[in-house]
Amino acid sequence: MMFDPQVIIDKLPEIGSGLFVTLWLWIAGVLGGVIAGFIVATARRFGGLAVNAVLGAVVEVLRGTPFLIQIFLLYYGGPFVGLMLDPIPCGLIGLSVYSAAYYSEVFRAGYASVPVGHVEAAECLGMTRLQTISRIQIPEMALIVLPPSVNLAIILLKESAVLSIITVPELTATVSAIGSQQYAFLEAIFVLAVTYWIIVELTDRLGRQAEKRLSRLRFSKA
Amino acid sequence: MTLKLFTLLLEAALSTLGISLVSIAIGFVIAMLLSAGMQSGKSIYILPARLFISFFRGVPLLVQLLLIYTLLPVIGINVPGIVAAIVGLSLCTAAYQAENLRGGFEGVPRGLIEAADVAGFSATQTFLRIRAPIALRLTFPALVNEAIMILKSSSLVSVVGIIELTKMAQDLASSTYLPLPIFASAALIYFVINSVIALLGRYAEKSLKGATA
Repeated sequence: MMFDPQVIIDKLPEIGSGLFVTLWLWIAGVLGGVIAGFIVATARRFGGLAVNAVLGAVVEVLRGTPFLIQIFLLYYGGPFVGLMLDPIPCGLIGLSVYSAAYYSEVFRAGYASVPVGHVEAAECLGMTRLQTISRIQIPEMALIVLPPSVNLAIILLKESAVLSIITVPELTATVSAIGSQQYAFLEAIFVLAVTYWIIVELTDRLGRQAEKRLSRLRFSKA
Repeated sequence: MTLKLFTLLLEAALSTLGISLVSIAIGFVIAMLLSAGMQSGKSIYILPARLFISFFRGVPLLVQLLLIYTLLPVIGINVPGIVAAIVGLSLCTAAYQAENLRGGFEGVPRGLIEAADVAGFSATQTFLRIRAPIALRLTFPALVNEAIMILKSSSLVSVVGIIELTKMAQDLASSTYLPLPIFASAALIYFVINSVIALLGRYAEKSLKGATA
């Protein structure tokens, strides 16, 4: 089998649309996960023992089972409890819920890293809980939370390839379909590997730059 | 959902466990080689090791599996699916384990290495008696995490036809029209296995600490 770049060039529009779906699903999934994860971590910290225990158990189950199984459960099992989802919404919900579990752990560690003294000082100054969270805890944990958040985002980009299995028309699904229609397996795999690799490396680099900038900002203020 | 179906899932879980454990072990050996390459200080070893790690961490495992399944037959190597699955998982986990090992070796206090030098240890002795044991202890929790990740990732080899827990669940779900209980049971089995690994890991970590402290 010879490598024929023409196949890739001919199919660039389709590859582009697959890439587009991958990118927006990924960004939306990460945003959904960050927001839900932050809410879960905050609820676990301030919501009392029962809330902490229940949410903790849910997080453990989500982290202890494969993403593929969760997606199958949602996609094929959902209709049996009246939850009919098209592949894309199913993928988006699945990705958000899965990432929320991991992001909640990142934020939990972030909360734990803020010195108790700072929180107590804020209370002494008469700050409300909301003010303490938004003015003391979030800014202080930002630097701690950033590196694992970027790592997690990278993991989620790669997990999003799994959505091809429930026929979400993202990059992996589109490109492998082209590969089998055209008998161009080599070219398809090449496109997939290189595209994901580039996005991952770029994200990694952006993350490291953001980290540098954030730490400069923080220490220049101090 | 009958007991018979659940038993079938449990049997398939054994393949999941087997594939994962073998891959983790092979991955560990490759990771040691990669980490030795990274520490050699010679760019002919460092560059390929870096490229390997960057590639296998930067490309989705699903794509890696497709790559191995597609390419091995193309270059004339016909291996059974199970071998290809293990190769894919091993190479992927090797990249992650190599990164963990690098962190572990960096965490070995310099003073201990200098002390070994002063005590007249050769480089090999220092490696075997000081650096490797300490680095391994430091990376042990990460290794347990990686085992759990691989156990979960092994669900992807279902895509290429290996009958393990996920593939069995898929087959049963489509033949019985009971996707909800079957996938929920599969999830439960994964969760229980992972929890047991995590518990054993924590226990081993404690006794490891006791032994070296």
